[in-house]
Amino acid sequence: MEASTLGMWAFLATEILFFGGLFLVYTVYRLAYPQAFAEASNHLDVVLGAVNTAVLIGSSLTMVLAVHSARIGSRRGLILFLLATLVLGGIFLGIKGVEYAHKFHEHLVPGADFRFTGADPRHAAIFFSIYFAMTGMHALHMIIGAGLILTLVGMAWRRRFSPEYFTPVEMVGLYWHFVDIVWIFLFPLLYLIGRH
Amino acid sequence: MSAAAPKTKTYYIIFGGLLLLTIVTVGAAYIDLGFLSQPVALAIAFTKATLVMIYFMHLNHSSTLVRIFAGSGLAWLLILLMYTVADYVTRQGIAP
Repeated sequence: MEASTLGMWAFLATEILFFGGLFLVYTVYRLAYPQAFAEASNHLDVVLGAVNTAVLIGSSLTMVLAVHSARIGSRRGLILFLLATLVLGGIFLGIKGVEYAHKFHEHLVPGADFRFTGADPRHAAIFFSIYFAMTGMHALHMIIGAGLILTLVGMAWRRRFSPEYFTPVEMVGLYWHFVDIVWIFLFPLLYLIGRH
Repeated sequence: MSAAAPKTKTYYIIFGGLLLLTIVTVGAAYIDLGFLSQPVALAIAFTKATLVMIYFMHLNHSSTLVRIFAGSGLAWLLILLMYTVADYVTRQGIAP
């Protein structure tokens, strides 16, 4: 377990730096074009973003309860909490899909059809490029996480875990919480700038 | 990892705290805090991330080596961000 945990954290460190590159791009462009970023950010839906933050925090809670169930040897609790995590992850991705659809309708997806009625459409487009790159990469991580959780459900169903051995549950838990932490930073940085 | 199972009550308290901080960060975004706006938002995000790492990712029950591994990612991220920002904010007339 200790070796796996160390390895998982080493992997997560590479993930932090992978997302770190995106956060760096965000930081550099936001420092260069603060007005355009604030204006573009106001086109994002704060309510949907906040609800999604709550949903993802809720999924972290059910994930940690799944790990707890595995530790005390509750197969039923483990399966139920894993499924709850899966449902909450699905709700998050569903809401994200609705938001993406809105952006397509409002011509806020960078490209030939991009239309932005603000002072600085060229740099607002950079904000939306970064928005789609970062939330898209985050959503991809969630889809991978959902696949991992589904695998865990199958393993739990086949009674592969016991209080002595539940390392995969703990490791997927670490991954899932990491994805939650990425969103914890994405939400204020993308949705909440220039709101006052 | 330690044999002592953490109580689930702690998880619910941390969950409540994280929700509360989410509400606080949304509220703070709508108040004009001037130049403090961004530091406040980042401080809240760091607090939330730290709570998740300590309690949900069980760093409170982990060995020192695991904690060093966990901190290293953040340390290198800060190097990446700080040096690049220091460069960009001190240059004149270079637009990215």
